[in-house]
Amino acid sequence: MKMRGAEIVWECLTREGVDVVFGYPGGANMPIYDAMLNYPVHHVLARHEQGAAHMADGYARASGKVGVAMTTSGPGATNLVTGIATAMMDSIPTVFITGQVPSHLIGGDAFQEVDVTGITLPITKHNYLVMHAEELAETIREAFHVARSGRPGPVLIDICKNAQVEMCDFVYPELKLRERQSAPSPRVLLDEAAHLIEKAKRPVILCGHGAIISGAEEELMKFAVQTQTPVTSTLLGLGAFPASHELSLGMMGMHGESHANMAIQNADLLLAFGMRFDDRVTGVPKTYAPGAKKIHIEIDPAEVNKNVRVDVPLVGDLKSVLRDLLPLLGEYDHEEWKQEIAAWKAESDSRNIINWEDDGKLYAAHVVNDIWEATGGAALVTTDVGQHQMWSAQYYLLDKPNRWITSGGAGTMGFGLPSAIGAWFAAKNEEVWAIVGDGGFQMTSPELTTAVQEGANVKVAVLNNRFLGMVRQWQEFFFEKRYSAVNMLTPDFVKLAEAHGIPARRVTKREDAAEAIEWARKTEGPVVLEFSIEMEDAVYPMVPAGAALHEMLQRPMKA
Amino acid sequence: MNYIFVVLVENKPGVLNRVASLFRRRNFNIESLVVGRTEDPAVSRMTIVAECPNGEAAAHRIEANLYKLINVIDVQDVTHQPSVTRDLALIKVRVGPERRAEVNGLAEIFRAHIVDVAADSVVVEITGTEDKIESIIELLRPIGALEVARTGKIAMTRGQNDGVRRLPGMNGNQYDEMMMEMAEMTP
Ligand SMILES: Cc1ncc(C[n+]2csc(CCOP(=O)(O)OP(=O)(O)O)c2C)c(N)n1
Repeated sequence: MKMRGAEIVWECLTREGVDVVFGYPGGANMPIYDAMLNYPVHHVLARHEQGAAHMADGYARASGKVGVAMTTSGPGATNLVTGIATAMMDSIPTVFITGQVPSHLIGGDAFQEVDVTGITLPITKHNYLVMHAEELAETIREAFHVARSGRPGPVLIDICKNAQVEMCDFVYPELKLRERQSAPSPRVLLDEAAHLIEKAKRPVILCGHGAIISGAEEELMKFAVQTQTPVTSTLLGLGAFPASHELSLGMMGMHGESHANMAIQNADLLLAFGMRFDDRVTGVPKTYAPGAKKIHIEIDPAEVNKNVRVDVPLVGDLKSVLRDLLPLLGEYDHEEWKQEIAAWKAESDSRNIINWEDDGKLYAAHVVNDIWEATGGAALVTTDVGQHQMWSAQYYLLDKPNRWITSGGAGTMGFGLPSAIGAWFAAKNEEVWAIVGDGGFQMTSPELTTAVQEGANVKVAVLNNRFLGMVRQWQEFFFEKRYSAVNMLTPDFVKLAEAHGIPARRVTKREDAAEAIEWARKTEGPVVLEFSIEMEDAVYPMVPAGAALHEMLQRPMKA
Repeated sequence: MNYIFVVLVENKPGVLNRVASLFRRRNFNIESLVVGRTEDPAVSRMTIVAECPNGEAAAHRIEANLYKLINVIDVQDVTHQPSVTRDLALIKVRVGPERRAEVNGLAEIFRAHIVDVAADSVVVEITGTEDKIESIIELLRPIGALEVARTGKIAMTRGQNDGVRRLPGMNGNQYDEMMMEMAEMTP
């Protein structure tokens, strides 16, 4: 059948199961927007293209499906860049569709021409420049496959304007791609792994984002319980293993639980499941888990032996490797090891602000804990980047995967609100909370109108410390408290919300927090809560840059 | 040390840029990169000579990262494989008729060709290993000022042997010995 390029775009998107896209129109993608009206797709108009990118990202993280964002050429496309890089660093399956000037003008600096495939080359898994309509169908088909297969990631398709209006035959193509499946793990390596696991007296599982992407929760649980191995998670791995389980140690790394970090440093075996030994989880690599053998199960062979030398590499999808490995394992128990960790945990608990007597001050920990209690730990939580992000990771304890949406690898401020809006489209029946800092919130707060326009039921908790808190903390610890450019005047967030037609409240006292949260939960549609929290509280524990994982700064005990 | 990779890629616009960009971004050093067509019009072949400061581990990283590029079909490391490697050079020597015979003589010894003769210069074409080309350049230098154009190295394994493929799962590769050895290597 003959069709216009712009129609082919939608034919292909709908066949990929896309029913919502996030975007912003402009000169170079008008034919696509025009054709959209004839297709059963809901379009969400962001207020900035970065917002659209984060929405697609949030949608993908919450749904496990491919998120789609589209923009015009030039500035529309460059505004996506931060969002694409964010998705790249966290392996999020996304497809970005940008308009481009007509193919005969490419390279001539036409109005709103920017070399988008050039700019995004290092921050996409792959990208395409489509010059003619005939290339569209195959390209889009391949793009979706690339975005979601193997280690997922963002793919960008730059479509010249002429390709959007050209007529050509449309046949939905077969996927033509070389298979790049992992070879099954060889028996010797599996045996070697099983042998190390059997011998281990002090094993720890390091659970990463890969566990969630792979959908390996069940195998992970089986593995942990059968071998009685404690589990600690990376920031993005949270939720793969229930936080309430007795084997759960919580988060590891720079702001990880001190007992988790102590366990890693004292382990004799690390089982790295779908994680990449990022510098935020290892501290100084030379000092990392010195006594531990390491088994690394990872789908991306480029991550094996990149940051940390491992003893047994098993390259492949975590779920299937664990399925191969489980039958080779016996039942073990590590009572002594668990006791030892419990003693460390008791020490962490004594330094946990939540366990301290109320001193009348409102700490972020209280707020996050109250949200957690009110929502029964079942909400979908997105965050921005900074102190509040770490406090959310520490205090919003997750028992389920795909509910924790945060920019890990890129650490992108401004991510919280738009990703929450995107996530809501994937989980309209669930409670969605965006926990943001006053700095990051101001980067993308115009998306509040988007939430209103879409009726997105997103609750925003602004943890306002009137500082760029995380930077302030570093200045306090490592720059002799010389505060430079971290003092931040903030608008009246309640009025700001109300200007958007959003109900809002400010909370300044600890005893009012729970009630305000309840009010927000009962109120239909988006709500903003501003919490005036302690200005100079710090995230503990903290592994300073250049230190070993066990050399943590701990919260000082109360005088 | 330098490693030699033979890389088959899809013959599409921008692929060279992707490969070059990858090396830059990952901070790998390219000594030389040659790309040309192959027997299959859909496939281009690159010979990449890259610095691998920590040997096998670096070579493994390069290989693994190349496979992240969707357009990369196959990567072989031929560094330690019996293989033929060739570099082609054009060398212009500023020389008048009085010393032309010397250049001729050298060319003959090296089995090079004189491909252009002008009043005050000749162009020598030589194909061979890098060593061989380096030596003729050094011998020609004292005769007259030089202009040198070199292609960079291309490589092909001898006989039916392929190069080393380290990554299991790519193109149906199985885990190779290197991967197995890694299992026994301790930090
Ligand atoms: C786009 C961007 N710019 C700068 C930074 C550096 N940075 C990391 S945390 C932080 C402070 C964030 O302050 P705020 O949003 O108020 O959150 P808080 O740390 O106070 O919870 C900054 C500036 C960043 N991560 N992202």
